[in-house]
Amino acid sequence: MTAIHSPTDRVWWKQPLDRVEGTWIVIAFVWCLVMFFMMPYWHIYGKQNLSNEAYRTTPEAYMAKTQAMVDKYTVRTVTEQNIPVVHPVPGSDVYLIARLWNFWPVLELEEGQTYRLHIMSTDWLHGFSLQPENINIQIHPGYEHIVTITPTREGTYSIICNEYCGINHHTMASKLYVVKPKKG
Amino acid sequence: MAVNRNFRTCPSTGLVYHEPAEKLIRWNAVAGVVSLLVGGVLALLVTLTRWPAVKLLPPDWFYLALTAHGLDMLVFWIIFFEIAVLYFAASTLLKCRLATPKVAWAAFWLMIVGAIMNNIAVFKGDSSVMFTSYVPMGAHPLFYLGLILFAVGALVAVFVFFGTLVVGKAEKTYNGSVPLVTFGAITAAIIATFTIAAGAIILIPTFLWSVGLVSHIDSLMYRTVWWGFGHSSQQINVAAHVSVWYAIAAIVFGAKPMSEKVSRTAFVLYILFLQLASAHHLLADPGLTSNWKIFNTSYAMYLAVLASMVHGLTVPGAIEVAQREKGFNKGFFEWLRKAPWGNPCFSGMFISLVGFGFLGGISGVMMGTEQLNLIIHNTIYVPGHFHATVVVGTTLAFMALTYFLIPTLFRRELMFPGMAKWQPYVYGLGMSAFSVFMMGAGTLGVPRRHWDMAFSGAAMPHEFPGTAYLMMGLMAVSGLAAIVGGAMYLAVTVGSVFLGKKIQTPGFAHVPVRKGMAPPPVWGPAAVAPSGGHGTIGLGGFVAPGTFVLAMVFLVSFILYYFVNWKYLSTVWPLS
Repeated sequence: MTAIHSPTDRVWWKQPLDRVEGTWIVIAFVWCLVMFFMMPYWHIYGKQNLSNEAYRTTPEAYMAKTQAMVDKYTVRTVTEQNIPVVHPVPGSDVYLIARLWNFWPVLELEEGQTYRLHIMSTDWLHGFSLQPENINIQIHPGYEHIVTITPTREGTYSIICNEYCGINHHTMASKLYVVKPKKG
Repeated sequence: MAVNRNFRTCPSTGLVYHEPAEKLIRWNAVAGVVSLLVGGVLALLVTLTRWPAVKLLPPDWFYLALTAHGLDMLVFWIIFFEIAVLYFAASTLLKCRLATPKVAWAAFWLMIVGAIMNNIAVFKGDSSVMFTSYVPMGAHPLFYLGLILFAVGALVAVFVFFGTLVVGKAEKTYNGSVPLVTFGAITAAIIATFTIAAGAIILIPTFLWSVGLVSHIDSLMYRTVWWGFGHSSQQINVAAHVSVWYAIAAIVFGAKPMSEKVSRTAFVLYILFLQLASAHHLLADPGLTSNWKIFNTSYAMYLAVLASMVHGLTVPGAIEVAQREKGFNKGFFEWLRKAPWGNPCFSGMFISLVGFGFLGGISGVMMGTEQLNLIIHNTIYVPGHFHATVVVGTTLAFMALTYFLIPTLFRRELMFPGMAKWQPYVYGLGMSAFSVFMMGAGTLGVPRRHWDMAFSGAAMPHEFPGTAYLMMGLMAVSGLAAIVGGAMYLAVTVGSVFLGKKIQTPGFAHVPVRKGMAPPPVWGPAAVAPSGGHGTIGLGGFVAPGTFVLAMVFLVSFILYYFVNWKYLSTVWPLS
């Protein structure tokens, strides 16, 4: 009988498979296994994996660490609001605050160098969306997320918020400058 | 207490309706369609605002409309209709009286009150927190309370469904096992039970937080538990619309499942593994390990994806076998060419199947991969994906089923049959194009839930490339086509239900329950059909070779698209 009637064979589970179904199940299952193993494979051989390193902290503690970095490495300011641009030494810890409705401070990194980028929100949920690379990371309040990041090409990039955070969400955007390493 | 045991038999379909169940099915379906109407008007406003050349609404109204659109469509339209499907699958398909109709009415009114309360909270303007209502952004307490009441109502309705199964078994209204469609509905109901439990676990504390009785809700905990509700509720939809596909294959073609065993096992895989998928939403979050993410988002090695790939083969496969047995046995695709493409019930179901698989399925698995999610998370690619699954997949399947329900359930002739014939094409293809252009814009980084991709008023705006603007424009135009398709559906259904010509039922009589009982079991012959028991149809030992070819086309597209995305990922900045 059809799918809207009870099966006529009482022992319907003993009906052998048609060849078309059996073949497809095997092919589909093999593909599922390939997809599964791609994820561990990329952890071993791939270069783009999201860090598992995160710590619980408070907005005050995080703000203090960010302020210390800004005091130490600020090279200039941008826009009418005089947002500091920091140029930390390669390999160091770099702090970025996401809050209603800006990112603070503006970062200037060197091409080909690796940084430990700390990201946290001090109020609501925000998004870290690096454009045009299109790297997207969720930002939580109270969770200091540490991502090891290596800019590969010189240029001016944008960081935009892509987690809805209220009425001025669309103004929450910043820059990230990648420059050639300083000689000497 | 007197039990209403009145049944009527539909003269055109032979279906047996229990009258109290019939009334409940109608009212739940109508409540769903009303939600669809409200959600559809909001869809128009949202689409016109995200069209960069139009930008209709100011930001506060945009976020309000987007919040209400998500809730009215994803929660209220779909769940009201699903309750109707559950009652149909239990009471009508088992020829059984509905358990406790009064409780079912209480559930219905609870859901209505919840839906209205939630909408009031949103339209007041202080609850534009989106469908997801992530803390610490807070909504009005009525927002959460409305959702909780709705969920309790839905849960009660699910229990009425389970009770009806018990009644059917006890009163022997059917023989042997339940029909496959009912089995699929049971799958949906089981998933619904723990989905709603997850919703309660997170929404009740959030409600208490909104009225000041709980001081703090952790944002990561919220997202983790909330998605146990938010994503799982989409898995109810998958189980429900796959059941509807099987039902339509049976109704339109008299198609038998190729194998009960395979289809039912695939449904069981949904129950066991689909829930893990809620972890997909947390791939870009801090504080969760990669091991946890990989195990969960692969649904324990993609066993639920396997189930969908099986249904994707067995539904059209069953249709192909039925068509070939009717004589459309030439070549690979005669069965498909000679299918009733002018019947909206079939065309809607088939577009739903293809769109769900090719657009929704492939994109969903791709972005649900731990590392690939980095280049997708929270871009407009995400709504592109779920408009392919939930709208092309679920909503279109439900629309297709409506064309069958109007004559049999509402006893009205279809109004505007010409419009009904075209509706699945306009809606399904418009919505498919809409999804594709959203995915295109998302690949270029355009964020979702964002009022202005030009960042007006920002100190340091980002400039998206012209292609991204082009994608958003094309998205809006396709979205308008889909909205026209939605309006056509509403015109046909509302017109038919209220103004359509009544279908007279000659010899109408109430049937006492004894006659609603199945005769004593008469089992078929003990010998089961040998392998390839479908006779001489098909090619090369395959009973459904055309479907197999389509499945291989699907697989090749899937593999190519999957690895193209890995290639793209390998070009972005190294992260660890």
